[in-house]
Amino acid sequence: MQGMMIARAGELLENGTVTRVLGWQTGEFVYDITPAVFESAEELEKGFVYNSFCGNNLSKYLIQASRKEGKILVFLKPCDTYSFNQLIKEHRIVRENVYIIGIPCDGKTDGEFLKAKGVKGILGIREEGDNFVVDTLYGEKTIAREDALPERCRNCKSKKHMVYDELMGEEGEVLDSHRFDMVEKLEAMTPDERFAFWRSQLSRCIRCNACRNVCPACSCEKCVFDNPQSGIAQKAAADSFEENMFHIIRAFHVAGRCTDCGECSRVCPQNIPLHLLNRKFIKDIDTFYGEYQAGEDTESRAPLTNYTQEDVEPSIVYTRGGNN
Amino acid sequence: MLKLSLKKLDELFAAMAQSQALYIPADNGGQAQYLRWAPGMKMTAALNTVRSAKDFFFPQTEGLVNFKMTGKTIEVIDPRTEAEDFVVFGVRACDARSFSILDKVFLVDPVDTYYQNRREHGTIVTMACRQPEETCFCTSFGIDPTHPEGDAVCWMTDDALYFEAVTPKGEALKEKIASLFEESDDAAVKAQQAETKAVLDRLPLHTFTAEPLGGDVLMKVFDSPSWKSLSEACLGCGTCTFVCPTCQCYDVRDFDTGNGIQRFRCWDSCMYSDFTLMAHGNSRNSQVERFRQRFMHKLVYFPANNDGEYGCVGCGRCLAKCPISMNIVKVAKCLEGELK
Repeated sequence: MQGMMIARAGELLENGTVTRVLGWQTGEFVYDITPAVFESAEELEKGFVYNSFCGNNLSKYLIQASRKEGKILVFLKPCDTYSFNQLIKEHRIVRENVYIIGIPCDGKTDGEFLKAKGVKGILGIREEGDNFVVDTLYGEKTIAREDALPERCRNCKSKKHMVYDELMGEEGEVLDSHRFDMVEKLEAMTPDERFAFWRSQLSRCIRCNACRNVCPACSCEKCVFDNPQSGIAQKAAADSFEENMFHIIRAFHVAGRCTDCGECSRVCPQNIPLHLLNRKFIKDIDTFYGEYQAGEDTESRAPLTNYTQEDVEPSIVYTRGGNN
Repeated sequence: MLKLSLKKLDELFAAMAQSQALYIPADNGGQAQYLRWAPGMKMTAALNTVRSAKDFFFPQTEGLVNFKMTGKTIEVIDPRTEAEDFVVFGVRACDARSFSILDKVFLVDPVDTYYQNRREHGTIVTMACRQPEETCFCTSFGIDPTHPEGDAVCWMTDDALYFEAVTPKGEALKEKIASLFEESDDAAVKAQQAETKAVLDRLPLHTFTAEPLGGDVLMKVFDSPSWKSLSEACLGCGTCTFVCPTCQCYDVRDFDTGNGIQRFRCWDSCMYSDFTLMAHGNSRNSQVERFRQRFMHKLVYFPANNDGEYGCVGCGRCLAKCPISMNIVKVAKCLEGELK
């Protein structure tokens, strides 16, 4: 796939369809891949990569990149196309300045995830069938691909691209995932248990803002938490209340717009399962307003920005009781 | 050298914790972090903690001074409570070196008494590395992970812990725990060091050096066209700065309590948009400038002002944690490539 991508990107640069290519660049190791812009076939040959470590969702970069002169080619995985559509819906990307090639995805892992599985000193990785064979400083280790994938990929919601100008490889289907299983578990807890769960998770937050900055739904020009004029600018959580509220406020703010791409949990240096907050909102929206997937299209009105007579009343909070 | 069977490790922790707080690297939610030891707590199998050990001396938030207003009088209150004595056990060589770097910032005139206070109360017990990760490059900064700095140094083999006191603080700790140990020669330690050194030679970054940067080439590096592409994907988050053991920048903020002010400081990040925001405006308005500052500070400015000592200890945390996998090694290599 990587070779095909490089060849096609080279052609599109050559024939003037695009002036730049947004993709992924190799690093020092096999897994430390960086999103990068390529401007020539030589640059592509030298550093362009597409493998099981290209987890970064490139859609958010297009907010800036599509405002520059000339057209940019971007490679989007199925997951990333939902974010792209949502950003189009919010008028954040200039569509005519982007040429999208949809590419297949079998799930993406990362170095940190493999290390959490007990792999130390990663020197190289090769994919053999359903396994990753990892060459390490301390010998070879084999991990089943299934075990090496993070939660967001094990519960992949779709292998189908929601938008593209051309497609590479086979198009997939929207999948039946088990992505709400953990949310259901949390709902089944008592309020005290649930509070304890979230405190144990959120107490690790260091307010690095990686979750916010990577999030395609967090596209404000200036976040209230960065704005000294807002009165609530906050560089560090001073207490547990602030620690909780930053993430809860963020989840509220992206509710109905979050496509569940899972980047927040991928980038969290403290391994906090932030996507669960968003999934709770997605699940509730599905329940109260009918099935809705943000980023599926660019035109429809989202449940939370629309009004129908069937909408639930605010009293739903009381009718559901305190345990949901 | 003192030797202790690992079966007695819990007894050792209990003895250390008897007269002061003891912190060890332990697992919490799948992540290693320093936790206050309590009976039953086990050391992590991870090489190092996600957050560095700088937190003990330079916590993320810290009260500086409180002002309380009653009518027309303002009372100035020092919120500090005398720090308790504490031991940090299991600090790696990279983090141990970071303390001497932080000392160069906080303990020079004017001395930061908040930092100094904690520093004086803390005893550092370091742990030699056995299984470095591919992200490790402490040797590039003259650090020996098989023989770390510290008030006392430990080596852990499959069945025993070896202990050596280095400073008066280390000696004081040794007196409290010596009865648990037996005297031993250093044969096992020497063997382990040789084994680890063989691994160090095989680390992918073992030839990395930041030496070509700095000195006469400062302005050339500063003006390099590569900063733009290097920083292009940077999210402007604070992950690298917050997991870094040597990043020492902070902001001072006031919290309005309604009848007074709580003035506190908190970690700040040069990657943040309002880091250099002042009354006149902002001197670094783009992510390129912010990004450049972080690496220039560590690789060029800091050594220029501190007898060649770099503001990096090669712990590899930023390599492991950056959401876009851009880091100090890639930056230095790229810039050095241009100078050739």
